[in-house]
Amino acid sequence: MHIPDGYLSPSTCATLAGVMLPVWYRASAFLKKNMDISRVPFMAMGAVFAFLIMMFNVPIPSGTTAHATGAVLIAIVLGPWAAVVAVSIALLIQALLFGDGGVFAFGANAFNMAFLMPFVGYYTYKGISHKATTGSFRQLIAAGIAGYVAINIAALAAGIEFGIQPMLFTTADGTPLYCPYGLDVAIPAMALAHLTVGGFVEGIVTALALKFIAVQSPELAAINTACSKGA
Amino acid sequence: MVKRYWYVLVAMIVLSPLGILAKDTAWGEWATDELKSTLGYVPQGIEQASDWWHAIFPDYSIPFLGEGRLAEHGGYILSAMIGSAVIYGITLALTKVLGLSHKAVRRQ
Repeated sequence: MHIPDGYLSPSTCATLAGVMLPVWYRASAFLKKNMDISRVPFMAMGAVFAFLIMMFNVPIPSGTTAHATGAVLIAIVLGPWAAVVAVSIALLIQALLFGDGGVFAFGANAFNMAFLMPFVGYYTYKGISHKATTGSFRQLIAAGIAGYVAINIAALAAGIEFGIQPMLFTTADGTPLYCPYGLDVAIPAMALAHLTVGGFVEGIVTALALKFIAVQSPELAAINTACSKGA
Repeated sequence: MVKRYWYVLVAMIVLSPLGILAKDTAWGEWATDELKSTLGYVPQGIEQASDWWHAIFPDYSIPFLGEGRLAEHGGYILSAMIGSAVIYGITLALTKVLGLSHKAVRRQ
């Protein structure tokens, strides 16, 4: 889901980066005000986890690949604003050092995976796990469903961003300038990869990791400790 | 306790080459030569952008390791280590700049 440079027009990149600037600002302000310093190592490990889990590409029957992102796990454990920052850092390093995702498309990729995804996942999880016991089956199911739903929303967003390109930007003779596939191809392709495989991978990773955290440090997995969480 | 999390992250680094067993390219992340062979042309914007940024470790490979499967897997693991270290450091540095402090834990 890492959109490379050149697939989105400069104006699309600028728009989505423009959306992310206030999001990053708000995230920084929120963390400064609400996050306890003792959570910092966990946030840094969360960013590393997001980076590493994204290296595990999983084959999709249609001849592409997908991967989990860890964004929902971080949102559940440390809150969505912490996830915004942690996943953004992972995406930035992926783009700069490894050429995974464009440098100019960083804002777009952050919008999909570091903003939409953690927030959708966080609220889905919150809704389903409401008043569940920490470490309970319902909490883990809630995490799994949140992971599944959130990565699919992020994939849909990426599909839309890809798909609008040939509608808006072509050369004089109608040849696409950027992503050559329209909404009719891009959305089904992104949706198929994540509805069939990617979503399950994210869901299972999120639920299993949360289970591990609930055993290792129950206070981090606790549902109602508001320290540094909340939106 | 925190140690156990590190064990998991280190295990992920060691096992990371499993992530390159899937050889296909993710949808929408094709290189210019892949586009050329499927579309017959490379869209102008993509062609131009292919020169904008040269990552030091392109696609999680370490160029000086050379070629071959061992270099590929070793490069992937090294990339995982380098990326992890940089990301850990940047996150700590950022939270330092933000000036986080001890907060009273709110319980609901």
